[in-house]
Amino acid sequence: MKNRSKFSRYIYGITFLLLVVTGFGQMPVYKRYYISDIPGLGWLSQFYVTHMLHYIASFVLIALAVYAVISFFSSRSGKITVSGYLKIAIIIGLIASGGLMVIRNLSGVYLDHNLIIAVNLIHLALCMVLVGVSFYTLITRKRWIN
Amino acid sequence: MSKLSRRAFLKGSITAAGSVAAATTVAKAAAAMTKDQSEPLVTLIDINKCIGCEECVFACQESNAEKFPEPEKPFPKMFPKRVPVQDWSDKRDVMDRLTPYNWLFIQTASVTIDGEETELTIPRRCMHCENPPCVKLCPWGAAKQENNGLSRIDSDLCLGGSKCKSVCPWHIPERQTGAGLYLDILPSLAGNGNMHKCDRCYDRLEKDEQPACIEACPEDVQIIGPKTEILKKAHALAKEMNGYIYGEHENGGTNTIYVSPVPFEELNKSIEKGKGKPHLEKVEDMMADGTNIAKALLIAPVAGIAAAVGKFYLSSKEGR
Repeated sequence: MKNRSKFSRYIYGITFLLLVVTGFGQMPVYKRYYISDIPGLGWLSQFYVTHMLHYIASFVLIALAVYAVISFFSSRSGKITVSGYLKIAIIIGLIASGGLMVIRNLSGVYLDHNLIIAVNLIHLALCMVLVGVSFYTLITRKRWIN
Repeated sequence: MSKLSRRAFLKGSITAAGSVAAATTVAKAAAAMTKDQSEPLVTLIDINKCIGCEECVFACQESNAEKFPEPEKPFPKMFPKRVPVQDWSDKRDVMDRLTPYNWLFIQTASVTIDGEETELTIPRRCMHCENPPCVKLCPWGAAKQENNGLSRIDSDLCLGGSKCKSVCPWHIPERQTGAGLYLDILPSLAGNGNMHKCDRCYDRLEKDEQPACIEACPEDVQIIGPKTEILKKAHALAKEMNGYIYGEHENGGTNTIYVSPVPFEELNKSIEKGKGKPHLEKVEDMMADGTNIAKALLIAPVAGIAAAVGKFYLSSKEGR
């Protein structure tokens, strides 16, 4: 049981890292700052590759989120911490804003320009906040559930 | 009359009255069509009609002059050094390729038709894809697609990262350093000017006017209209001339359809390609993989439920 929980956390960690790295890859920064020149990281400056990986990692995140919600409500063990609530709220915001961008990317979908700009900025801001909060909870060893 | 001499002749002697009369008739038709937003507006370019007079190029430059970048000099020093300065502001008269100051140019191909060596001229600009990667993958939403199918870059919002050019199968957008929003943010560390390309004269279309290149053409090389109607015309034209179509399926479909009397593979071999000079190759749908995974995202919650059910099954087994 404990092993499965540990496994879920590893999956979340890897997915989160991949989402952040590929998310930043949507901006033309890795080539400019020589990061994609590092052997093995050339793919970071290939926009279609990072775009695809971001989508795939989103799939895992959504599946993991549903899995975590069902597991929590079925076991009813422990209480969600304040930092846990905060991270859940941010992740919901990220999935919602990301979902809107996925819909926007479909052929024949025209969304309001100002909405697209706002969603882009919200998605980026939420990501930055989640990175900060996650870093804090990692250092202070704060858990999702007590 | 050879093609070149005919072009020279036309450049000097096209009568304004004839052009205006033709343009006005077509303008009325297009104006009526632009109001129908139920499907994208598509342009049809009949390569056989083009005489390479460059009237469209001049009209484009004149009509869009106010949209061209006015960079501030000297440019801010950019970090790191590999960031390229791209300055076209002193080369505004370049007309043989795409630049931030030239959104349309004429490409030339020497081909053989019915055993006769012929020179074909092809107006080249943004294809206005149905699902434009430049718009969909722009990280800031600076590139936009209107519901009439045209795509354009908002130069006030663009930071000049040139991602749109990288993801465009034809590498159409061109960058001008020293202009745009990046100057007000972190000019040394992020951004590098703004990107420019054909916006199919969105402002003229809003006023029920035709794009400048279409209106100025003395040979009616281009027409614009609703997609279904234009595709029908394109196929009829191709059948009539025993010709070929480009743009209908490229990159999943574009809102620019070329009809040529010779295969586009041949045209592509003959035209000069390179920076600012797009190819005429077959292009696969660049957004197709993303679209397929997007559809798969719908079943992500089901995967989560399945994993949770699997967990309970294993737990109950362990409990037993």
